[in-house]
Amino acid sequence: MESPTLIGTANKKGQIYTDPKRLFFEAQRTPAFLTGSEVIKEAIRRASVDVMVAYPITPQSEAAALIGELFAEGYVGDYMRGESEFAVMSQCAGAAFGGARVFTTTAGPGTLRAYENFPMWAGARLPIQVIVTCRGINSPLNIQPDTLEIGMILDTGMLVWHAETAQDFFDWILMGYIVSEQPDVHLPLAVCCDGFFVTHTKDTVNLTPADMALPPYDPYRSPVPCMDMECPPVRMMRDPFVMKSNYISYATHASWQQEIRAACERSRKHITSLLGGLIETENVNNDIVIVASGTAVSQGREAIRLLEAEGLKVGLVKVKSLRPFPTEEIRQATKHAKWIFVPEFNVVGWLAREVSAVIERNDRVIAKPHVAGGMTMPPEVIVEEIHKVIKLGKGELVHG
Amino acid sequence: MGKDKIRINEEFYDIMPVEYRDMVEDATYGKEDRGWKDIGVHKELIEEHSLCAGCPESMAFRYILASLPAPEDTVMVGSTGCTSLVFPMVAVHNIHSLFGNQNAIATGLKRALTVRFPNRVKDVVVLAGDGATVDIGLDMTLQAWFRQEKFTTICFDNELYANTGGQESGLMQKGFVAKMAPVGKKFDKVRLPEIARESGCAYVVNMTVSQPGRVEKVIKNAVHIAREIGPTYVQLYTPCILEIGKQSMEGLQEMRDSEKPTQRFAFKEYISDEAKAYLADLEAKRKAAAASQVAAKS
Repeated sequence: MESPTLIGTANKKGQIYTDPKRLFFEAQRTPAFLTGSEVIKEAIRRASVDVMVAYPITPQSEAAALIGELFAEGYVGDYMRGESEFAVMSQCAGAAFGGARVFTTTAGPGTLRAYENFPMWAGARLPIQVIVTCRGINSPLNIQPDTLEIGMILDTGMLVWHAETAQDFFDWILMGYIVSEQPDVHLPLAVCCDGFFVTHTKDTVNLTPADMALPPYDPYRSPVPCMDMECPPVRMMRDPFVMKSNYISYATHASWQQEIRAACERSRKHITSLLGGLIETENVNNDIVIVASGTAVSQGREAIRLLEAEGLKVGLVKVKSLRPFPTEEIRQATKHAKWIFVPEFNVVGWLAREVSAVIERNDRVIAKPHVAGGMTMPPEVIVEEIHKVIKLGKGELVHG
Repeated sequence: MGKDKIRINEEFYDIMPVEYRDMVEDATYGKEDRGWKDIGVHKELIEEHSLCAGCPESMAFRYILASLPAPEDTVMVGSTGCTSLVFPMVAVHNIHSLFGNQNAIATGLKRALTVRFPNRVKDVVVLAGDGATVDIGLDMTLQAWFRQEKFTTICFDNELYANTGGQESGLMQKGFVAKMAPVGKKFDKVRLPEIARESGCAYVVNMTVSQPGRVEKVIKNAVHIAREIGPTYVQLYTPCILEIGKQSMEGLQEMRDSEKPTQRFAFKEYISDEAKAYLADLEAKRKAAAASQVAAKS
């Protein structure tokens, strides 16, 4: 049962299991020019993954296929193609129940087909990592980037992070395992990115050495029993409370759901220690602040550059972790703002809704601009929205 | 893991539940010839259950658990239904996740255990009802067989959705009037044993649980073959006496009536040549080991 520390030893590919903090913050990094999908492969090469289940759906198909190459090279313990996303997520669950470190990728409609599994993963405390490479989900058919499914995954009990760049992706996939496998967290993690904008474009990413890998998952640090019969079996419940409509049943379920949310909250300290916080901020003492996640952050940065050229200073909040939600951080970062713009790549504005729900005087939140269905968000569109409010309002609060 | 691995701290011995003490002292873990005759002598993996009085499924549960060749290294996967009322009382690790995905869960589980324990045999056994196996989960049932996943699938066929109150299922007989089949079911009972054979199962059996000795043999065969050769499938008639209007004492007779030669649960067994040869080899080795033991004693 007791697993001796493996740090410093080599795996079958000759990679040295390295202390995570050393790997992330001290190891020599080498720049590489890669697509987002290739970056996923490079992260998994270093992640000591036991089981990966794949299924084709655009725009994640390439990443799922590239992990197959890693398996053929011997970096991944097992790899298979499932028969549908519902089955894939179930296969991931089975592997995680059996004590494996598990990885999968999904996108758009496939994420929704898989959906029943996500609250089950969280309820079963399975630290599976799924990459969500967002795309449109609604009819008519659309394969272009759109982040509606992130809004839908927020309330499953999973940790949810939204990467802006390929570099975020590389670091967060590796850091994600360390955060989600902590015994006081032990929850599934969705690392999301905006499909195509991140998956299919090339970017320079600083990679950790290929001969270093994360230490393997230790299933016996799980807060729930690993299903491998290595622990003495017990008759786990004397009474099948799950099926009975009585007070004990309700209380058990209610407290369990609260525990899942509490576990998610407990991940804050680990996220702060590895990702440097749940948000990043720039110049938030200004009257106008842009709050964004994913590639909308990049568009916000460009808009800020254009506005600065005309003499208008604007602050920026990059939201990295959506679950747990950076409630207090956003309150602090927006406390001086007269206007808070939330640009998003979806039609509903789920991030604006989240921000509005946690700050005081939330009529400061301007849920604009929105683009959807795969349209790009030129920074000029953000600038235009900001101009509109300033002109119309003449310094007063006007939006709509 | 063997029986020796389960120990009770001596200082806590007197406050441990009696069932736990019995399991530690009398479990049949590691005993190769364990079987249904141990029921009643040893506290076997399941003691109580919360099924209806006289439910044939409770018999099936006991026979199966008593027949597992290596419960100390077996993980079971269940699904939504009456089986999920029993699994909380079963002293074998078991997983219930969602409805119908049991063969997908078992696939991931078996693969994870193979990665983690490359030099050890870990058996995975799926046990689910006909709604989970043949209706909602059919895709995942079949695909696990197509992929030749090495685990056993057992279907408790009660020919309807029993746990939810007797709605039509794919394994229901044609013409049976049920909730959601108000004028009788319109199509034939799905022939899953035949489909299983065509889908690549190395061993397929269709039977009732009226004869424990036969159930024991079939379950042992199914688990052994799944270890080495490929997927195996056992379909057991476990009638829901409540939903077909029988009394508590009538379940056994219902099964006996249904297993007559012309009836739908007449014993049918398919075994591939490879599996047959494997079983014969196992039997020869067992006999040789027994003979050498006798020789050593004399």
